[in-house]
Amino acid sequence: MVGAVLRGLRVRSWPLGFTAAAVIVYFFYDRILPNLDNSVQSGFQNWLPIGTITYCLVWVMLALGLNIVVGYAGLLDLGYVAFWAIGGYTAAWLMSTFAFDKQIHFSFLAPNGYNHAVGIHISFWIVLVVGALFCALWGALIGAPTLRLRSDYLAIVTLGFGEIIPQFFRNGESIFGQNISNGTKGITPLDPIGTGPLSPVLGGKAVLGPFDLIDKYLIFVVLAAICMFVSLRIRSGRLGRAWLAIREDELAASMMGVPLMRTKLAAYAVGAFFGGIGGVAFASYNSSTIPTFSFSDSITILLMVVVGGMGNVWGVTIGALVISWINLKGLSQFGDWFNGQFSTHVNFPSYNFLIFGIILVLMMLFRREGILPESRTRQLLKEPSRTEMESVGADIEAAEVESELVEDIAPEFAVQSETETLGSGE
Amino acid sequence: MASMTAAERLQRVRTARPAEIVEKVMTVVVLVGLAIWLLANLVKEPSLFFSVLLDGLNLGALYALIALGYTLVYGIIELINFAHGDLVMLGTLVSANVMVNNLHLTKPGLAGFFGLALVMVITMVFCGGINVAAEFFAYRRLRRAPKLAPLITAVGLSFIFQNIGQINNGSQQRVWPSVLGGNGLHVSGVKVRYSLFVVLVVTAVLLTLLTYIVQRTRRGKAMRAVAQDQDGARLMGINVDATISFTFLLGGLMAGAAAVLLVQTEGVTRYDAGFELGLIAFTAAVLGGIGNLVGAVVGGLLIGIIQGLNDGATYGLGQAWSQSVVFGILILVLVFRPRGLFGSRAMEKV
Repeated sequence: MVGAVLRGLRVRSWPLGFTAAAVIVYFFYDRILPNLDNSVQSGFQNWLPIGTITYCLVWVMLALGLNIVVGYAGLLDLGYVAFWAIGGYTAAWLMSTFAFDKQIHFSFLAPNGYNHAVGIHISFWIVLVVGALFCALWGALIGAPTLRLRSDYLAIVTLGFGEIIPQFFRNGESIFGQNISNGTKGITPLDPIGTGPLSPVLGGKAVLGPFDLIDKYLIFVVLAAICMFVSLRIRSGRLGRAWLAIREDELAASMMGVPLMRTKLAAYAVGAFFGGIGGVAFASYNSSTIPTFSFSDSITILLMVVVGGMGNVWGVTIGALVISWINLKGLSQFGDWFNGQFSTHVNFPSYNFLIFGIILVLMMLFRREGILPESRTRQLLKEPSRTEMESVGADIEAAEVESELVEDIAPEFAVQSETETLGSGE
Repeated sequence: MASMTAAERLQRVRTARPAEIVEKVMTVVVLVGLAIWLLANLVKEPSLFFSVLLDGLNLGALYALIALGYTLVYGIIELINFAHGDLVMLGTLVSANVMVNNLHLTKPGLAGFFGLALVMVITMVFCGGINVAAEFFAYRRLRRAPKLAPLITAVGLSFIFQNIGQINNGSQQRVWPSVLGGNGLHVSGVKVRYSLFVVLVVTAVLLTLLTYIVQRTRRGKAMRAVAQDQDGARLMGINVDATISFTFLLGGLMAGAAAVLLVQTEGVTRYDAGFELGLIAFTAAVLGGIGNLVGAVVGGLLIGIIQGLNDGATYGLGQAWSQSVVFGILILVLVFRPRGLFGSRAMEKV
């Protein structure tokens, strides 16, 4: 009874909990930390600066997007970084002086402070939606020809796209004589985020410059919350249930009338949509888009999903926060501390792929469902204790034991069943 | 329905669906386009064409050896062994280090020749051992798990290998001397490097041995049986675990040989080479029809030649695009002819 109430409370009060956590972090960094002791301040500055938290939130958005493809629909996507790149370049094209031969301004609600400059300058909030939709379109385009492939071929094809698209941007300095991505130099700087009607909340700033980290944190927290909300809602809806059905048994799902291609495409598109949000957010956080996207980024995002617990939004969120923190700060800080303490010279950050690889393998061997598993996934990933053939054998054995028992206890039934078998045989 | 004769029913089944027609048309279009491109390159600059063709052949033979590792493992347990390319990378590091730092062989000659043979044995044993160990410690425990689990494990192993390679080799590429030398024959303006002969001979010998093992020995018979039906094979008294280990061993041996020849012909080692090599070799395996040994070899040679032409020929896109070209081929093959050139139509086991 109490458990049920608690569970109900926990399900309904998640926005409360998330908001509380976000607000606590905000007040701590905005109000409390500046008044604290100097050593505490520098400790936080070294180990957990607000900029890192903001960056980690970008990873949360990306991990939530991949969670829809891998966790919900069970399609292994090893090239998710492609959507990050597409989102990032969409932001770069629409929010910088890169397209210098054009002069397009569209500052819906929130002018970004570049009203008379050359190039395309569109409000961050619109670019967010445009970038996400553009990514969703690409998700569908990539998915359409590949989704009818076998599951492991799909992984390879997505991996291929995850390589081609960044390579396209890296070599994009002259595609048929047209500069589309500025090559390895990337596109920088991007317009700051215009606050528009939100400006009273954000301390009266009209645009967010590179040092307004705490305000960017607020915006990114809201974006991550939207991603989480959509993930949770969509999961309990018709589409989400169709994804879970496909993940668990494709054949059974299609027999029940789930349109396989359309549902899988939707998973790709929605996952890519989140990737686009993450890409645009990342680009404007960095104020640049540089083609550094690589396979290891795709795997890092996959690691977040796997470690956190495939399919579980909370697990994935926490997994993303922890792993991106380890990646960005934790490992190097720990290395510094360790080297200072024991006067060694171990370069810890250079081992991070080793550590990630070991974590992936160990997780798959010993805790496949992740740290915070979804109850359904745990059932699904439990391996059958027998193979198909063995279970047939066991069934026969069980049937034999049963018939022997019947013979022992009530011989007349046993005889009867024997005649029945004979009768059906004829 | 009842009045339909058997012949009529057969007729109905045999009517091609639109998807099949598209598949056929696209296959023809792609092949014709490829032929036109080849001819254009040949006519424009014949000697360059043949030089890059031979370079491509060299690469292709190595890709074929690596692709065999994929195709063997996929054939037997339906696992895409992501770590295979990185295994080759580890092999290149071992072979280069042993050759130069332990044996001090940097110049062509008789000592270099015997050294090469010795290093090849060492590297093959090393790669085979690592592959068997990976199977024993990781994949074996996941044999009954859902498909996602071994795939992610393989990705994890590939990361581990890559990081070990980075620690050993550094994050820059390293240049190594070759005992095969850069000399060659000149046939009417086309240079044929001697190393090409070594590569082709080694590849041919290994392929013959492998085919013999798979087709003619009891072990090979066991491998084919396990590939068809693990439970059935077990009931027939085949030691399934040992057979799968043996398959990984064979794949690793091929990877080791490819690694040695790769260092000798390319002369560089990179810690992140495995990713690219693995994908190209996988593409080769898929192009030939995964699970098919001959297919892997033909696919490897084809991909190598296409890559060589793309990187060097007159109308090629250049090295910057070579990955995209290979992946483009992979995607086209998977979309229009997923069973590859030689593969039989395979159904996903339900």
